[in-house]
Amino acid sequence: MQLPSGYGSHPPNYSAPSGHYSQVPNKAAASHLDNQYRASYYPTYYSAPAQNVMTPPVGTSVLNTQESQQLYNKTPPHTGGSAEGPIQGAISSASYLHTSAQQSYSAFGNHYSTSVSSSVASQGFPLNSDHYTMPVVSSAVYPNVSYSAAAGSVYGQAFTSQSLPAVGQFKETNTFSSQSTSVPHSLQQHVPVGYNTTLSTVSSAQSVQDNLCRNLAGSVAKVNNQINAGGIDSSQPVHPVSQSVLFTKPGAGTAVSSAVISSVRTPAPSLSSQPRSSPSVTQSPELALQEAIDSSSTTSSASPVLNNYDALEGGGYPEARSVTSSPVPAPSVPQTSKASKPFGYGYPTLQPGYQNAAPPTPVQPSNSGHHPGFQHYPQQYPGVNQLSSSLGGLSLQHSQQPESLRPVNLTQDRNILPVSSVPAPVPNLNSDLRKLNCSPDSFRCTLTNIPQTQALLNKAKLPLGLLLHPFRDLTQLPVITSSTIVRCRSCRTYINPFVSFIDQRRWKCNLCYRVNDVPEEFMYNPLTRSYGEPHKRPEVQNSTVEFIASSDYMLRPPQPAVYLFVLDVSHNAVEAGYLTIVCQSLLENLDKLPGDSRTRIGFITFDSTVQFYNLQEGLSQPQMLIVSDIDDIFLPTPDSLLVNLHESKELIKDLLNALPNMFTNTRETHSALGPALQAAFKLMSPTGGRISVFQTQLPSLGAGLLHSREDPNQRSSTKVVQHLGPATDFYKKLALDCSGQQTAVDLFLLSSQYSDLASLACMSKYSAGCIYYYPSFHRSHNPAQAEKLQKDLKRYLTRKIGFEAVMRIRCTKGLSIHTFHGNFFVRSTDLLSLANVNPDAGFAVQMSIEESLTDTSLVCFQTALLYTSSKGERRIRVHTLCLPVVSSLADVYAGADVQAVVCLLANMAVDRSVSSSLSDARDALVNAVVDSLAAYMSTASNLQQSMLIAPNSLKLFPLYILALLKQKAFRTGMSTRLDDRVYAMCQMKSQPLVHLMKMIHPNLYRIDKLIDESTIHVNDRVVPQPPLQKLSAEKLTREGAFLMDCGSIFYIWIGKNCDNNFIKDVLGYPNYASVPQKMTQLPEVDALSSERTRSFISWLRDSRPLSPVLQVIKDENPAKTDFFQHLIEDRTEAAFSYYEFLLNIQQQICK
Amino acid sequence: FLTEILIFQLLKVHLIMMLPSYFLIITLSDLECDYINARSCCSKLNKWVVPEVIGHAVVTVLMLISLHWFIFLLNLPVATWNIYRYIMVPSGNMGVFDPTEIHNRGQLKSHMKEAMIKLGFHLLCFFMYLYSCPIRA
Repeated sequence: MQLPSGYGSHPPNYSAPSGHYSQVPNKAAASHLDNQYRASYYPTYYSAPAQNVMTPPVGTSVLNTQESQQLYNKTPPHTGGSAEGPIQGAISSASYLHTSAQQSYSAFGNHYSTSVSSSVASQGFPLNSDHYTMPVVSSAVYPNVSYSAAAGSVYGQAFTSQSLPAVGQFKETNTFSSQSTSVPHSLQQHVPVGYNTTLSTVSSAQSVQDNLCRNLAGSVAKVNNQINAGGIDSSQPVHPVSQSVLFTKPGAGTAVSSAVISSVRTPAPSLSSQPRSSPSVTQSPELALQEAIDSSSTTSSASPVLNNYDALEGGGYPEARSVTSSPVPAPSVPQTSKASKPFGYGYPTLQPGYQNAAPPTPVQPSNSGHHPGFQHYPQQYPGVNQLSSSLGGLSLQHSQQPESLRPVNLTQDRNILPVSSVPAPVPNLNSDLRKLNCSPDSFRCTLTNIPQTQALLNKAKLPLGLLLHPFRDLTQLPVITSSTIVRCRSCRTYINPFVSFIDQRRWKCNLCYRVNDVPEEFMYNPLTRSYGEPHKRPEVQNSTVEFIASSDYMLRPPQPAVYLFVLDVSHNAVEAGYLTIVCQSLLENLDKLPGDSRTRIGFITFDSTVQFYNLQEGLSQPQMLIVSDIDDIFLPTPDSLLVNLHESKELIKDLLNALPNMFTNTRETHSALGPALQAAFKLMSPTGGRISVFQTQLPSLGAGLLHSREDPNQRSSTKVVQHLGPATDFYKKLALDCSGQQTAVDLFLLSSQYSDLASLACMSKYSAGCIYYYPSFHRSHNPAQAEKLQKDLKRYLTRKIGFEAVMRIRCTKGLSIHTFHGNFFVRSTDLLSLANVNPDAGFAVQMSIEESLTDTSLVCFQTALLYTSSKGERRIRVHTLCLPVVSSLADVYAGADVQAVVCLLANMAVDRSVSSSLSDARDALVNAVVDSLAAYMSTASNLQQSMLIAPNSLKLFPLYILALLKQKAFRTGMSTRLDDRVYAMCQMKSQPLVHLMKMIHPNLYRIDKLIDESTIHVNDRVVPQPPLQKLSAEKLTREGAFLMDCGSIFYIWIGKNCDNNFIKDVLGYPNYASVPQKMTQLPEVDALSSERTRSFISWLRDSRPLSPVLQVIKDENPAKTDFFQHLIEDRTEAAFSYYEFLLNIQQQICK
Repeated sequence: FLTEILIFQLLKVHLIMMLPSYFLIITLSDLECDYINARSCCSKLNKWVVPEVIGHAVVTVLMLISLHWFIFLLNLPVATWNIYRYIMVPSGNMGVFDPTEIHNRGQLKSHMKEAMIKLGFHLLCFFMYLYSCPIRA
């Protein structure tokens, strides 16, 4: 096939002899990356409108389009069903290529040290097989790895990951199990880190040009970046951030000393660089430019080195590397494969090529036995037949009656709780798509089988919606730097694993079905260093990816990290003593605040006046400026109130040390919160950033003053609960102003009396902030709350943060979003404006089916979160979820995700109780169960109507709804303070599913016999796995000790007759009587039971970002009501027991 | 004679009152297409709520005074709805149109529908008055 000249000249580059790379000066190469970015970074004026997220790619892509048209103008357009064929092939063959990237978020909470590692197993590519002469060794081994890793990764019950009997070094690979299908091999890069390095040293834009002319600098840059990364890593503050992936390799989760990483990582570049080709020297400038662009994408996604098994583990897995990396002789395996790139290869042979792609001999996944929900690869892989079927990837499995539909008689079956945590249902997709699908931790749908029509959805009586946790901490995330981000031209969807490639040059959008051209740049696959395999690019191999965005995605240059603390210093606040904790935490974490050299910080305090602090560099001590004119607040010295953190660090430290004692003798009881917030807004509006407000009482002066609305006598009323909504629109308006200026307000409310959280919360709700509430906070009288504040602050200050973010949720044509839940401002029908985004924020959306989905068998949802990282990079994190469409009611029930349903219902109920009334909301919750179970029972005709039957997938539904009704947010009849209630509602709206479920239905474990329990091994520790207990007092025995995991707090309940050995070994006291009333820590006793208990608790803790507070409760402790209120299956004076609730439901169904 | 003047005035009033509805439809569809910000859209629309309520109430009362029972009864439900809507705004909201809620629960659509109905109503009234004029004159 004839190629345009600009195009045909690439290959020589890639096939040039290897080994040159090591000679390319590293320094020059390194600058490539950042310049790539900076080029787009420096244009001074960004006139694009807000929607310019959607601006079509310009520049090179135009050229590419033309070329591709040229190439393909004779190709008959594929249409409809026949077009589906290739995708199956594409996916199946692509499954051999696993891109993997580990992002060591877990180790470095706030900076993005990301590594993308990849390789190709050539055997899967018959298309290219003549070119890729892959040595037998690698091809034989790779498939094995890829399957097991993939299996482990997507839905990995990766308890197993440690004990995998995988082959040799690949054992480590499997432990990457997180979300993306991945076989990490070969090289990894630390793109962002490299970028950041140079950003901070501020290399000038001058190098942009010469960089553009430099060929393939990118790949070298990578080599260099790794070195840089090492250096950077060690300079970064390392703090332990508990990672959200439970099951990781030793070392991955725990904070790894960065020094180790860097030292170990260093060998990688030299190994990896060997196989690379060097740029051809003689090129016309134009070509060179093109080349540079291509190379940039190289940089981005990875490099094609095949052999460095060790290198890929580099990121977060230093131990693994230290074992394997140095000894592995960098050998030569890939040399052959890399060089020959399919130069001018004829695409018309595509079809046969795909068909051949059936796996030669899929090796049994080594860990498959541990994944009951995940069928074995070979079985799922019918080979050529399936590929050639016209439905291709869209064919669903209709094998047998799924387990999720098995009828469960709720009134008889008392043990419905699973042994361990409730797993998310796996969408009924074929294995390839299933593997590629987004992790349920980030993206969940209430119905994993989407009903075909709204009528069917209405019949099912279940809500349809998505639960998102888009910014959660990931241990593994492919980061892509590419000059053009490939998106659909009409709906602007990002290219994702579920698009179909009609041929090599065109892809069909899976959301709007438009056929798009594949840009020239996308044709080159940096992973394999091969050309013409767009379906193997990392974007198409991972459903969660992150792009480094160009200037098209900016309205203004990325903002620096700016933090402003607004502190209440009235008498009430000083009395509570929170200032000491806040200042102490800030002092400790000052160096760990996410940010770069531009980070700015400021402080405002307020009582009846507003005090500002001049921290300008050069002052001998901080200067306090008091503004008493609170009706017309102004900034006394606008320039010196927000100062550079690094330049004024000493002054800031002085201030933080002095602040707790500055107001000790204050007699000021008033609080002018409103004016202080107005001042804060004025201060922040030029840049945007984060305002953290600490408030201890009802604001009583100036704008936004509030009055007490709570009637204490109504606290336990069963009738009307009033004042759940805000009293004034001041805070809402302020929040919207802030949101417009990219400022988020986070509220810490530490009060002992009513503070009208319902009104105050608005300032965070609509500015995408977060809310923390510490009822009856006192530093010395209430140590548990003090400890909680301390822990929360540590997480709050050091966690990742994204600034000036927007999130767009797209879905397949026919579906539409009608309600959003969470903290944000909805800017347009599908665009959420998030001034800040943090890893602990969850969102929910409700969807409706506008048009019938009869002509499609798959629907997709895509969220794209565009944000500025704390290092000043514009990034886009894209999650894509793919779900099947079903036409029968039974299938809809089979795919119901009960946890997601309950969380969405909780969100809806909060809305309902604010807009209508609490009792309406409660009724709606009960009706949700009644209606859906009634609808289910009417479909299953063979069931006896006298019993209460639920499908297996919904068997926990009534239990969870009952739990919800007994939540502080919705309970009636029990004394509940209004602020507590409102706070619980705020949490329901803004917490991600994992945290919310713990809050709704805590986990109860018996821990006095942990030695006998089955165990798993995590990080070389033995972690016992006690079974979940029902939340009922009948399970509590006086002889036992129980641990209740409520998400943010752990209760340990000790029975009266608890074994003395347990008390002695675990609690460190001789007998039950001597255990103190307030105990918040377990001592380290050298006994097996103590060790097991502690390892179990720390294992529970590691799995969540917030380190929960531990509280030991004795049976006669007054605090035991806190514990017992969580036993939701029991009867209380005001609420049903679980059994009564079931009977009640049954009654209503029969009615 | 009084009636004629009144009817004539009414014509004008309804013409004027059609403007808010028309304006409402345009602004809401702008919002739907993402041409304007929810914040500015709502502040624009909220400005018109009170004049509309007052205008309609005055017209209705005038009808009652001049004993035009039919027209009064025609106007009454609309006027009542306007007043009800205005009174029922929760204390924390920024008016009938709240930027934080307008995209939720299909509010945009219901506002749109309401604006359409009102526009139809005003048109109907306009022509009714227009043709009732010569007959009476």
